[in-house]
Amino acid sequence: MTTLIEMRGVTKTYGAFTALNDVTLSLSDTSPSMTAVAGESGSGKTTLARMMLGFINPSHGQVLYQGKDVARMTGAEQRQFRREVQPVFQDPFDVFNPFYRIDHVLETPVKRYKLADSESAARAMIEDALKRVGLRPQDTLGRFPHELSGGQRQRIMVARAVLLRPKLIVADEPVSMVDASLRATILDELKTLNRELGISIVYITHDLTTAFQICDNILILYRGNVSEAGAVERVIGTPKHPYSQLLVSSIPLPDLSKAWGGEEIPVSEASAARPNPGCKFAPRCPHVMEMCWDNLPPKYVPDSERLATCFLYRDAPVSASDDVASAFRPPNHPIAATAP
Amino acid sequence: MSVARDLKPILVVEGLNVHYDTGKGPAKAVNDVSFSLRPGERLGLIGESGSGKTTMATALMRLTRAPGRIAGGSVELDGRDILKMSTKELRETRLRDIALIPQGAMSSLNPVMRLEEQMIDAIVAHKPGMKRAELDARVQELLKNVGLAPEVARRYPHELSGGMKQRAAMAIATSLSPKVIVADEPTSALDVVVQRQVMQTLGRLQDGLGAAVVLIGHDMGLIAQFADTVGVMYAGKLVEIGPVRQMIESPKHPYTRLLVDSLPGIEVKRELTGIPGLPPPLVDLPPGCSFNPRCPLAFERCRRETPLLQQVAPGQSAACHLYPEHAALPPLPPMTRAHQELRP
Amino acid sequence: MSFLTSLRRNYEQGRISGVLLLGLGILLAIVLFSVIGPFFVDAVNAQVGAVRPRRPPGAEYLLGTDSQGRDMWTLLIYATPNTLKMGLIAGFIGVGFGTALGLIAGHFGGIVDAVIRVISDALLTVPAIAILVIIAGNIDRMNTVIMALVVASLGWMFTTRTVRAQVLTIREKSYVEVARVNGESQWEILFTEIMPNLMPYIVASFVGTVSGSILAVIGLEALGLGALDEMTLGNTIYWSQQSSAVLRGYWWWWGPPIVVIALIFIGLFLTSVGFDRFANPKLARR
Repeated sequence: MTTLIEMRGVTKTYGAFTALNDVTLSLSDTSPSMTAVAGESGSGKTTLARMMLGFINPSHGQVLYQGKDVARMTGAEQRQFRREVQPVFQDPFDVFNPFYRIDHVLETPVKRYKLADSESAARAMIEDALKRVGLRPQDTLGRFPHELSGGQRQRIMVARAVLLRPKLIVADEPVSMVDASLRATILDELKTLNRELGISIVYITHDLTTAFQICDNILILYRGNVSEAGAVERVIGTPKHPYSQLLVSSIPLPDLSKAWGGEEIPVSEASAARPNPGCKFAPRCPHVMEMCWDNLPPKYVPDSERLATCFLYRDAPVSASDDVASAFRPPNHPIAATAP
Repeated sequence: MSVARDLKPILVVEGLNVHYDTGKGPAKAVNDVSFSLRPGERLGLIGESGSGKTTMATALMRLTRAPGRIAGGSVELDGRDILKMSTKELRETRLRDIALIPQGAMSSLNPVMRLEEQMIDAIVAHKPGMKRAELDARVQELLKNVGLAPEVARRYPHELSGGMKQRAAMAIATSLSPKVIVADEPTSALDVVVQRQVMQTLGRLQDGLGAAVVLIGHDMGLIAQFADTVGVMYAGKLVEIGPVRQMIESPKHPYTRLLVDSLPGIEVKRELTGIPGLPPPLVDLPPGCSFNPRCPLAFERCRRETPLLQQVAPGQSAACHLYPEHAALPPLPPMTRAHQELRP
Repeated sequence: MSFLTSLRRNYEQGRISGVLLLGLGILLAIVLFSVIGPFFVDAVNAQVGAVRPRRPPGAEYLLGTDSQGRDMWTLLIYATPNTLKMGLIAGFIGVGFGTALGLIAGHFGGIVDAVIRVISDALLTVPAIAILVIIAGNIDRMNTVIMALVVASLGWMFTTRTVRAQVLTIREKSYVEVARVNGESQWEILFTEIMPNLMPYIVASFVGTVSGSILAVIGLEALGLGALDEMTLGNTIYWSQQSSAVLRGYWWWWGPPIVVIALIFIGLFLTSVGFDRFANPKLARR
């Protein structure tokens, strides 16, 4: 399998603070995947996204795009990387320069990357991209960003990413600031892009339900460390790591037979101040043991298509590879179940 | 979640209208909305952005600011109409009887004051005679109620996390034991774990006070887990209201049905469906039912006549022409109709 | 889209407002006054002793004459452009220099930023008029250009601070990152993305700097430190003071210069306010 993008032992520290600790993740080039990276704020998921996009460099380890170290690319390689790895940001407000009409953000890449030969070809490309995300060109082109709704603006951003026909889209919480009824539509569009245009998607989120619905695999981060990773049916369906279990049980589901757990979660702020070299979740973990405080648990493989970094599974085999993706289900495996 | 079923309603909203004056005519952000709440009851109001739900929250406290104005209706709190009170009475009523936890409550905390000062400020404004020792004790009690450690009182807002700030805002809001708490999207910027903590705190607070809660939001799952009754708002109107379980298991209004259908779960993977189209501009509503351009079941009458809220199932009302069998009912006085909804 | 159509569209959207047009109109009127005026009068009449002194405004002398025999109308026509010139030179130099420093400080950060910041903040606290008086008093042969330079030397700091603050803010905005992934180079980002959003601040700084410079120039001239052999509005006020024009009731001597100065300020102010609506489409209202 040739890798599209690979993070090898990536660590990012800001002074004494570790944002991301020794994460290894690779995505395949041959079959376009949809991978979720989930966690609370402070988990390091945004840091991971920004490193994938080449906006920041790791303190240790490497980020490799098609085998080449992003931090050491030549000018031409960088241009190619820039074009083929595109972001969709969370905030639909700040991403538009208020001075220009929204056309600017669509025309610029066409010109800079020389995607079209003539103005009419460029216009056609832009209109096509807009239609692809369910927008009407006549309603959106020529307008200023503040004249459009958050949902429309976010879709324009997706259209912009699509315009460049990238290989990878890193979407950092793309729908968290968008209305609930529009979220499904935008996420469905991302899924369609993956299926029809073969674009791999890394979906950064804290919303496990949408991650479950659109992604094949998921990686859950807690305070910069991998806590659990694997196929979404495994990790979200039957979470093994205590943190994943906490996350999943906190999801407010409209199904009232699945009520929120009634148990109080201990307030963690005070005990979190105590630095420990071991598992970062120890202060909040209901199953914490002595060994958890002093040692970082390795990646155990308690069952197929999943790994969990938790001493609860110390009887299970340790993962042969540091690469989190070794626990992933290959993308063109048929979906487990479909609703009637 | 206990609802004192035999008590009379603590909050009765009748025909509330809030308009925004725009250059092109009034935008009816809250359009003839009526509902009532019993002590201890939790009402969830759900709607997209532009549905009027935040306008509703501020109107209940009579905090509507220009260019918005309250154009009609009444908001009766324990028998007294908030919209008709004098300024003095209103100031006393706010916080003491009805409190608001605004959207982004964390930014409503004064960044240059310690938490305890802010809390004491709120209390002293209503009860000037209290001694310092009493005030300190009350502050500690309030912090305990929201699950914050005693030392948090001496901290500044920027030293607290998002969830802690939200709980601090709740502590201030409940400092005078109000009868009604209006919470406008209290967890919108919070992670799912903190969200659960905050909502559980709100629930415990409310149970302790015996207060009623109006929870406003756009997350059906959240509202389902917390509320007893759900009201669905669309383009300023209340289009359906009823007990939460019923509303989710058998929604009657097409918009509610689409909302419930679009909720993703974590059991099976399926097609994600949203609701195509956009909500109408409040200043230029379509004729007849405001939802008709997007409604998959719309027919001719929907484009002509605005449907009225009427009972479609025990305890559940919807405003939709699909239920013609009730159209022949004699027009009931609005009060009675709203009451019928919430009787067991 | 042709320029005129674009203009029309901008007007309809409220970006070009009545305020902007009024401000520009006033400034244009003053400029026309300065440029076309000379064709209608004889420059000789503005010299000392050219006409009968101390005449009040009347049919023969539109704005009267001063006690040294100068025709006020002619004097005004020649003095206005000179004052404007000094203000504009000081404005351009001050804003140009200030913007460049602000961009460099904001963009590069580190030591460069620290040095620029310390210097500009320190100079801001200095009482400008005192320093300017000392400088001006020590120059033997003053002329309008040197006057402008003197004033500009203490007129750039505010622009630097404003531009620097804005550059720091804008750099963090997501649209700058989007521009990067859209393939824009660093220079393109600076000029295409950042500069347009700096325009309101630069224009506002320009207006402020020109206004402040004109005030400083007039202040210095009124003290007699100006280029005394040149015709400027400030010098006119100086001469009128020297001849006790107020006490003697020669209002047509000190009045008209003041009116022109006031109009210049109003024009600049309205333009600045109106420009804000142009640069920030969110403020446009129709």
